[in-house]
Amino acid sequence: MNSTALSQTLSQTLTMAYRCLLKVRRTPEQLFDVVFQPVVFTLMFTYIFGGAIAGSVHDYLPIIVPGILIQTLVGASVAAGVQLRDDMDKGVFDRFRTMPIARIAPLAGVLLADTVRYGIAAVLTFAMGFLMGYRPQGGIAGMALAALFAVGCTWAMSWIFAFFGVVARDAASVQGFSMMVLFPLMFLSNVFVPVETMPRWLQWFAGVNPVSHMVTAVRQLVNHGTVGADFVWSLLGAAAVVAVMAPVTVRAYMRRA
Amino acid sequence: MAWEHTARAGAHPAGMRRPRGGQWAVAARGLVKTFGDHRAVNGLDLYVRPGTVCGLLGPNGAGKTTTIRLLTTLLRPDAGSAQIFGYDVVKEAAAVRRLIAVTGQYATVDESLTAAENLTIFARLLGLDRAEARRRTAQLLEEFGLAEAAHRPLKHFSGGMRRRLDLAAGLIVPPPVIFLDEPTTGLDPRTRRQVWDTIRRLVQEGTTVVLTTQYLEEADALADRIAVIDHGRVVAQGTPAELKASVGRATLRVRLQDPRQVETARRVLEAVLDVRVPAAAPVPQEAGEVTAPLADAGRLLDVLAALRQAGVDLTGITVQEPTLDEVFFALTGRGVNETPAEEPAAQPAGRRPAAVAQPSGGESV
Repeated sequence: MNSTALSQTLSQTLTMAYRCLLKVRRTPEQLFDVVFQPVVFTLMFTYIFGGAIAGSVHDYLPIIVPGILIQTLVGASVAAGVQLRDDMDKGVFDRFRTMPIARIAPLAGVLLADTVRYGIAAVLTFAMGFLMGYRPQGGIAGMALAALFAVGCTWAMSWIFAFFGVVARDAASVQGFSMMVLFPLMFLSNVFVPVETMPRWLQWFAGVNPVSHMVTAVRQLVNHGTVGADFVWSLLGAAAVVAVMAPVTVRAYMRRA
Repeated sequence: MAWEHTARAGAHPAGMRRPRGGQWAVAARGLVKTFGDHRAVNGLDLYVRPGTVCGLLGPNGAGKTTTIRLLTTLLRPDAGSAQIFGYDVVKEAAAVRRLIAVTGQYATVDESLTAAENLTIFARLLGLDRAEARRRTAQLLEEFGLAEAAHRPLKHFSGGMRRRLDLAAGLIVPPPVIFLDEPTTGLDPRTRRQVWDTIRRLVQEGTTVVLTTQYLEEADALADRIAVIDHGRVVAQGTPAELKASVGRATLRVRLQDPRQVETARRVLEAVLDVRVPAAAPVPQEAGEVTAPLADAGRLLDVLAALRQAGVDLTGITVQEPTLDEVFFALTGRGVNETPAEEPAAQPAGRRPAAVAQPSGGESV
């Protein structure tokens, strides 16, 4: 791909992302999950688990806020696949497929537009934590970097769900299948609790679970202002996911044509 | 003129590709597309000259839409090949996409956006810059009578408005070849005329048009050549006049003053025209009417003279050219809007004799 083709692909992707954002503006319900979850879950889990797990609500915040952040974002990335499937079933996708544009643009556009949703979720989660008295050591810079990191990793993961979206029969089955993958990842991790109290085999799974790595990386960044091994591993993992899933997804998408 | 933007738009990087040499705008050989057991397209050949309108005429389920989807890179053929201006639709799909625009049977525009947003996004994707995209959008909306509705979401659009927007979206950068899948299905007569005018103007500008239709009238009005499609293959093609001629004769219809003389008139017509005039004609006729095939219009006077001599007085006489309806009926054995009977899936290849392209006039009419 030469540089003209690359810049064209980029501008076409941006146009497709703009189209998705226009649609979000028309149907603000699409933002429901990324607004509702950070607010309600942070409140709910902190007051339910805070005393039991960390001794007090205040001491639980450094554990739960990064956890909710990753949980919300990864959950929101499922929507990418559902949306894509929904979109592909519509007539307008036929036009995109017959236009002289990069094959990857309609896909990448949907995924790129979703990062705006992830951004909203990240800001709301930290804001909610702040309101509840969360004053982490990493400060604003740590939170900003953590938010960027989380959005980036989530974007990478959304390629997996985009793949489900492309190969699935309909939007409902994308949702169903994605949830099946998502639930163990979400709960068999360190999102809500320290893994030390889990049985050994579960500790092992929680240890290799990418969600755990992302949560740990965010905790280190925000709570201590440090970049640890988990940060690097998460980014490497994210890069690997994109390297594998992006071509696979694009190929599957083109085959559907 | 509406298309004066062509040259400029063509200069941008994602602009349309120059047609490669070669005489055919569209050339398809032996196209086959199978869905499960169903052969939707079954060895279809099609050639379209640049700058002409080719009408694909056929009943529901004949394979028209599948053919369009094969030619526009939306589907891969299972066998056979097709080129658009010499570019292969499978191997050079990217090049083909620079030469074509498609308007689908269902709206290929975004339902949740406004008309203006739709066009602007397509324009930006085609490489027009922001200002150009806005200008072209305004121009097209004006031209297609959508300016007032420009900022309303499509949800509130009528079928006709949607179709016009769809057509406009295909013309942002006017392509060398445009495929229109049933461009006027479901439109009111006035809107249909508008779409026809647009298509005619496109052709004047040198665009090649391939359109599918169930309306014989539409094929007759627009197409330079018609390919009649049935069971996934072309069963006949030619100009509308050629196709009509292939069914043969015109029909003479005389209306009698005295309906009791039908028998006499019938015998006179048989004698003069040397044809068999069935008492019950294939074409519906009213009481006191007799119809007969008229191979040679020069015999008309003889007929009138003979009738006068036999004492048969007429109140009316018409000579009817064969209609495409009759052509269609002769070729496919059914009306154009009748859905074909459900058939056993794998259809024996020899079901239709290879020579159907030359229909024998007496086959079924």
